Amino acid sequence: MGKLDSAERTRLEERALFVRLETLRLTRIAGAGHYSATFSAAELLATLYYHELRLDPSHPQWPERDRFVLSKGHAAIGLYPILADLGFFDSAELETYTRLGSAFGDHPDMRKVRGIDFSSGSLGHGLSIGVGMALGGRVQSMDFRVYVMVGDAELNEGQIWEAAMSAGHFKLDSLVCIVDRNQLGIDGRTEDIMAVEPIGDRFASFGWDVQRINGHNVDEIVDAFDAAKQTSRRQPHVIIADTIKGKGVQRMELDLNWHVGNLGPEDYQAVYEELLAGVSK
Amino acid sequence: MMSEATAEPNGGVSEGAGQDQSDVFRGESPVVAPRRSSTEKGISGRSVPAFVAGEELAALAEFDPRIVVMTADLASANRLIDFKDRHPNRFFNMGIAEKNMITAGAGMASTGLMPFVGTFASFAALLGFEQIRTDCAYAGMPVRVLAHHSGMSLGYYGTSHHALEDLAAMRAVADLTVACAADGNQLRAMLRASLDLNGSLYLRLGRGRDPEVYPTVPEDFVFGRATSLREGRDVTIITTGSEVHPSLGAADLLANKGLSVRVLDMHTIKPLDVAAVLAAARETSAVVTVEEHSIIGGLGSAVAEVLADHRLPVSFIRHGVLDEYVLIGPPAALYAHYRLDAVGIAGVVEELVHAN
Repeated sequence: MGKLDSAERTRLEERALFVRLETLRLTRIAGAGHYSATFSAAELLATLYYHELRLDPSHPQWPERDRFVLSKGHAAIGLYPILADLGFFDSAELETYTRLGSAFGDHPDMRKVRGIDFSSGSLGHGLSIGVGMALGGRVQSMDFRVYVMVGDAELNEGQIWEAAMSAGHFKLDSLVCIVDRNQLGIDGRTEDIMAVEPIGDRFASFGWDVQRINGHNVDEIVDAFDAAKQTSRRQPHVIIADTIKGKGVQRMELDLNWHVGNLGPEDYQAVYEELLAGVSK
Repeated sequence: MMSEATAEPNGGVSEGAGQDQSDVFRGESPVVAPRRSSTEKGISGRSVPAFVAGEELAALAEFDPRIVVMTADLASANRLIDFKDRHPNRFFNMGIAEKNMITAGAGMASTGLMPFVGTFASFAALLGFEQIRTDCAYAGMPVRVLAHHSGMSLGYYGTSHHALEDLAAMRAVADLTVACAADGNQLRAMLRASLDLNGSLYLRLGRGRDPEVYPTVPEDFVFGRATSLREGRDVTIITTGSEVHPSLGAADLLANKGLSVRVLDMHTIKPLDVAAVLAAARETSAVVTVEEHSIIGGLGSAVAEVLADHRLPVSFIRHGVLDEYVLIGPPAALYAHYRLDAVGIAGVVEELVHAN
């Protein structure tokens, strides 16, 4: 464990910064966007796509590829730039973000965007999608792995627990659920709105292998992915990633007002520079 | 052709010896499917029990590796257990968790499989509506929802188990084919045709005791192309699914009274065979839709939209369940009460004709 070399660590952190900067840029095109729930997931998304997933951007439908389902689809604004950067499509296409007829909406559409493994947006569905993908791999004797990212407040959805129950029942050890534990729903702290803790105990009671990490530390993320692969136990895996909603921009961190927002021109420049400087790191 | 009423004088005693049948429906449990046997012959000519999906899919799966089957703790009731017996590794009982089942079916489909997902129509279409719309149809996944025990075929189980709104809901979903099987042979044809169908399919089935309409598997079945079962000059009955058989019975009764009735099996509700509707409206002077569904949003509404869009001044009535929750009662009694048996349909048609 802890085997990331410094160059790789730096690369992943730089790509997480890229996710945040692109989120700023694209939000300006749209006029509003989900900054803070994307910032909380930036290191997780970067580590998945630049380190973990088995992909071939020139062959997006490669049957043996690892799958990623962004169940918290409102963070798609941070995923599109990664897909463009990896070569799934021309990054110039992102200039159309949210404009009439664009492939890129606030929530991702697999029929429009190359590299999106499944459409999402309605919270609570993605883990069931992942269960089906993992079963599909098993039926067809393919060894791809399935990663699903859910939000913490999304755990209020009942279908999450239907999926958790079935994943445990079928011992879907190729399935990894990442919980972006960024602490906030839209109306407030998850524990005030509808408590989700103890998340780990809850998943464990459904037969899952549980890890809990700092979701902004790329070393811990990489180690957790490795541990999920190296265990001999036939269990689905949940990685509860403790994060900060709005991470990287002080005015947004754990501030309810930034779930959806739009920065004015002056603030935009200030936030851009703050991110570059890594003030809040 | 016997009417539904005479075919089921005691609500299903025609299932034969039935030593193991419970008494909950005076000898007709709405849930437990009839024993599957090629030699089974009921007094109403039911040589083809409609719960052949498991058996048919098991045969198709011998050469189509995409086929997998899922159900929600109903493998015995819908006979999908017949698939499990032959392909245990391609069968998944998802427990009483329909939303997860439908969405997981979509996830499986995204890996190259073709999941057939079976549960009661009420739970498939109403509980699982968003999963069908968002995860199957919107995503373009080849999921086939087998929505059985549709309409009020679960009788005195009550409204929670009835699906009289499912066609209305499903018909509003883009990129979703919506079809109703009239009997086991047509169901087999639909399952075979579904292997070449793009996108998602909602397949509405009865409760597995549907009397035979098609003596053999219709080889010319095509989704979206209605089947004309009887030619006629005076009136067209456009019907679907469970009402095809009693509509034929009604046509017989009306023939005895000198009315020439065309019967159109509009097995596919979406995409609707518009040409067949237009022909009926132009070639016969009255059109009656008959469905085991609310008159709001189902086959009747679909036909009405076509007639209105084309400004066809044909005499027309939607026959089905009015905007209400139906009474408690055994299925056959309900069909008689709501005039959805042959006698009832014949009466509705006669009233329309005489009103003209």
